[in-house]
Amino acid sequence: MRDVAIVAFAQTQHTDHDTGATEPELILPVINEVKERTGLKRFGFTCSGSCDYLAGAPFSFVSALDALAAWPPISESHVEMDGAWALYEAWVRLQHGDIDSALVYGFGKSSLGDLRTIMTIQLDPYYLAPLGLDLLSYAALQAGAVGADRKELDEIVRRSRADGRSNPYALDLPDPDDSEDSDGFAVQPLKKTDVPPITDGAAAIVLAAGDLARELCSNPAYIRGIAHRIEPHYLGMRDLALSASAADAARAAGVGKGPVEVAELHAQFPHEEIVLRRALELPGDTVINPSGGPLAANPVMATGLIRIGEAARRILDGDASRTVGHAAGGPCLQHNLVTVLEA
Amino acid sequence: MPSDPLVAQHVLEFPGGYTRTTGPVIGRFLSELRGRRIVGVRTKEGKVLVPPLEYDPATGEPVTGEYVEVGPAGTVTTWAWVAEPLENHPLDRPFAWALIKLDGADTALVHAVDAGNPKALAAGTRVWPAWSDHPTGHITDISHFVPEVTKIVSNVRSEYRLQAGGALRVFLEGIERGVFLGGRCESCAKVYVPYRMSCPECGSAIGETLELPDTGTITTFAINNLPDPRAPQVPFVSAYILVDNADVPMIALIGDVPAHEVRQGMRVKAVWVPESERTASMSNIRWFAPTGEPDVELS
Ligand SMILES: [Zn+2]
Repeated sequence: MRDVAIVAFAQTQHTDHDTGATEPELILPVINEVKERTGLKRFGFTCSGSCDYLAGAPFSFVSALDALAAWPPISESHVEMDGAWALYEAWVRLQHGDIDSALVYGFGKSSLGDLRTIMTIQLDPYYLAPLGLDLLSYAALQAGAVGADRKELDEIVRRSRADGRSNPYALDLPDPDDSEDSDGFAVQPLKKTDVPPITDGAAAIVLAAGDLARELCSNPAYIRGIAHRIEPHYLGMRDLALSASAADAARAAGVGKGPVEVAELHAQFPHEEIVLRRALELPGDTVINPSGGPLAANPVMATGLIRIGEAARRILDGDASRTVGHAAGGPCLQHNLVTVLEA
Repeated sequence: MPSDPLVAQHVLEFPGGYTRTTGPVIGRFLSELRGRRIVGVRTKEGKVLVPPLEYDPATGEPVTGEYVEVGPAGTVTTWAWVAEPLENHPLDRPFAWALIKLDGADTALVHAVDAGNPKALAAGTRVWPAWSDHPTGHITDISHFVPEVTKIVSNVRSEYRLQAGGALRVFLEGIERGVFLGGRCESCAKVYVPYRMSCPECGSAIGETLELPDTGTITTFAINNLPDPRAPQVPFVSAYILVDNADVPMIALIGDVPAHEVRQGMRVKAVWVPESERTASMSNIRWFAPTGEPDVELS
């Protein structure tokens, strides 16, 4: 395995509304920021993650390339997934050994349509999508299966929002109001305050291999483990209270081989944090989502990449020596990617 | 407000929808639904997958060709309550999404449950499918599930013919004349209205009838919110009225006064129907209405 490190991370100041920026306009500042940080103008490989259904425009990720400088021709790929999986593809590409740098980015504007029903389209077209099963409903089914203590869930929301308010890139969401209890259900048992905010935003990461990593950055965040695992798509074939795939990915990535100072988890709902904490077997002293996590800013298709970026940032800044970034995709944490980063 | 020319609605749609092939496994399940049967498929390890998949998600092995009828009833394992249904949801009233383990299946089916309210559901609730009227081979051929029958409403109705005889006949003959008849017990001196033939306190026979006035005092009352054909309106007041010179109160309706103004100690007088309409029936008295006299201090 080659040493591959995250050497730069940038994200937009996420918004809870459409500012009117096109996708290239959303991406451009973060691409420019990581170019400036690293001094690189060209990359050995470029990979992005997004979902055309968010904008309702086929192949919209192609026109988003206009933010990159794609002439002379570049080596480029795209995943119709969170940018975290674009990072995984770039990591694999760097393992080939013939290139030393990669640009990864993810972006999404979930303000353009009704995210709750748009995500129904990701369900299978035979058994689930025709029922109109929506994002909040299947998340609520998992919350019901987890059956977590309400106080613990409220505390996760309160902590996430407070952390988000001190993160300049996340949204400023108020402390959840206890008086909302009586009629505050989005889909019972999920309260309205358990629902992640609609968010527009983008993020970019630069990966560098071998000697280049140290040349570009004084504290590269080395990827010491990265793995993803997936479970059956159909909800009724799984035990929703657990995340077997997150547990397997964490073991394969070697989360437990050392202390974890910070874990950034792609937990869009508070019960998901509980499921993931157990699956990753995170020790009690690990700081979870100090950025505020997806409950404070959830730019769909960039959220997972941001988790890895935030976990890397602690190392780039010299504040931590071992962190974990996690990304999830599919209904009810179906697909999990775990990254272990070390100084 | 003028619309912003820089903001536009945009719709992504595939008119007529996608045509999709089902393959033999999902196709079999959907065909069975059209026949109002739910089937699962057996894996090599003997588990029954519902709804069927082509491969065992645990092993990746192709499933066997054995289809097993399951359900139709099942048990809810997990549920979520939708108070405000979306347009695409199966039901237009509040309902639950549930994971339902159909009898004989090893995996759970996701579907909607029409349970009325969230308190009617729990993990373990038994549910049965409600079929659409014209199954076509689609997951929505099961319109939704409903909780198992655990109670029914049985109606009871019998008809009887009643006859007023004895003391009641005597009292109602008085009512027909516009007079309240009571009786005094010779041994304990209590005056009872309506008239009765024996004293409920000492058991002595009561002989003579006694004409009592049609005025009295409210001792206690209740405000009723369910309509009654005899009542002036809803809410109406029923009250115990201590008819003057009597020792026990009589129950009657109160009228000609708003319910919230009725009080204990209020003086009332019977409102009789016009003489030409009178019969030997309590409907001779519409109700009791306030007289306007000062209230009486009740001991
Ligand atoms: Zn140019």
